Amino acid sequence: MKTIALPDAVDMIPDGASLLIGGFMAVGTPERVVDELVRQGKRDLTVIANDTAMPGKGIGKLVSAGLIKKTIASHIGLNPETQQQMIAGEMAVDLVPQGTLIERIRAGGFGLGGVLTPTGVGTIVEEGKRRIEVDGKSYLLETALRADFALVHAFLADYSGNLAYALTARNFNPVIAMAGNTVIATAEHIVPVGVIAPDHVVTPAPIIDYLITNQ
Amino acid sequence: MDAQTIIARRIARELRSGMLVNLGIGIPTLVANYVPANVSVFFQSENGLIGTGPIPEEGMTHPTLTDAGGRPVSALPGASTFDSAMSFGLIRGGHVDMTVLGGLQVDEHGRLANWMIPGKMVPGMGGAMDLVSGAKRVVVAMQHTVKGKSKIVKECSLPLTSLRMVDLVVTELAVIAFREGQATLIETAPGIKPEDVVRSTEAQLTVPANVPEMQL
Repeated sequence: MKTIALPDAVDMIPDGASLLIGGFMAVGTPERVVDELVRQGKRDLTVIANDTAMPGKGIGKLVSAGLIKKTIASHIGLNPETQQQMIAGEMAVDLVPQGTLIERIRAGGFGLGGVLTPTGVGTIVEEGKRRIEVDGKSYLLETALRADFALVHAFLADYSGNLAYALTARNFNPVIAMAGNTVIATAEHIVPVGVIAPDHVVTPAPIIDYLITNQ
Repeated sequence: MDAQTIIARRIARELRSGMLVNLGIGIPTLVANYVPANVSVFFQSENGLIGTGPIPEEGMTHPTLTDAGGRPVSALPGASTFDSAMSFGLIRGGHVDMTVLGGLQVDEHGRLANWMIPGKMVPGMGGAMDLVSGAKRVVVAMQHTVKGKSKIVKECSLPLTSLRMVDLVVTELAVIAFREGQATLIETAPGIKPEDVVRSTEAQLTVPANVPEMQL
C-alpha cells in the first residue's frame, strides 16, 4: 500500500476507465475522489455502482458533468439527469437487480466466473442469459464483474491500509474493494496501526493499493 | 380514514413478534407507523441495516445512518449493520420473513409488476426483484385502481418483477389472497361490499360465501 495525494491518485485514472464506486444514494461514496474526477475532467467513464445518487451528490456530480459513457446500476430513479441522458442516448445504462449486482461484483473479486440466482427468472432480466436448473429449481447464470479501479470510502483506515466502515456507509465498499484491478481508498480518519482491532478490520490492508492522504 | 392509512393499518396486523421485515418505499413505509403495541419486529433497510428506527428529530441525524432512499433514520437497540452482499443474502436466502412492496399491477395468478412502465418510468428495479424472489412472504400495498382502472388485472401488461406468486394484496377496498393460485377475496374494507370489490376488479375474483370486514 502507498499513500498518495488526492490529485495524484485521480491522475492515474485515464479517460475511458471503468470504475467501481462505493456508496448507496451517495452515503459512503468517496466524495473527494468524485470532486477531483470532475475537476480533472475525466471522461468516457464506465461506472459500476448501486445507483447514480441525485444531482449534486456523489456519483450525481459525474452525471451532471457529463463524464459517464456507461452506467451499470440497480437504481437511477432519484437522478432525473441520468434518465435524461439515457433517453437522449448520451449514456448507456444497464439496470441490474441489486442483489445480482453485488453478487456479480463479489464473484469478480472472489475469483468466481459468476453466480446462479433465482432473481429475474422469467422476467426481462433473463434476456440473453443462460437458465440453469439445479435440483429442479431455475437460476440465471450471472457473470462476474470487475473494473480497472475500485474507489472505496471507509470510516477508519490505519497507516497500513486496513479499513473499517461506519453504519450504512459500508454498503458496496468492502465488496468493490475486492474487484478493482487498482484499489484506491479514502477514509474519514486515518489512524495509527493497531487502533483498529484485528476483529474490527473489514477490508484487510493488502487489498488496498493506494490510500489517499487526508488534509 | 384515507386509502393509504387503511392499507398501512391493515398490513401492520400481519406483523408478528420476532419477524424480520423489509418495507419498500411509498405506502409500505407507512406500515412502520402502525405496528401493534404488543408486537416487536426487526425492520431491515437493504442498504445494510437491521433494527431501523424512526426518523430522528432535527439535529439528531447522522450522515452514515440512512434508509434505502438515503434519508436519515435511527437504529434501535440491538441493531446491526452489514454490507450489501450480506443484505441481499438475507433477502434472497429466505431470512426475511415478510416484505411489503408497492405495486403497479398484480394479475389474477398473483404475479406482480412494480418496477417499470416502458417508455415512461424506468427507475430500475433496485432490490424489488430479489425481495419478491426471496422473502418468505410477499405483501403488496397498493391502491385498488389508478385513474379508474383496476390494478388487479387478468394478465400483467407491464414487465413482471418475478414469476413468484405474491401472498397478499391489500388495497383500500379489499384484502386479496392467492391461495391455490387463484385471486380470492378474503376481506373487504369497512363499508365496502364484496360486489363493490368485484365491480372494481378486472381479474377474476373467487368470492367465498362469507367475507369478513377488515379489522383496523
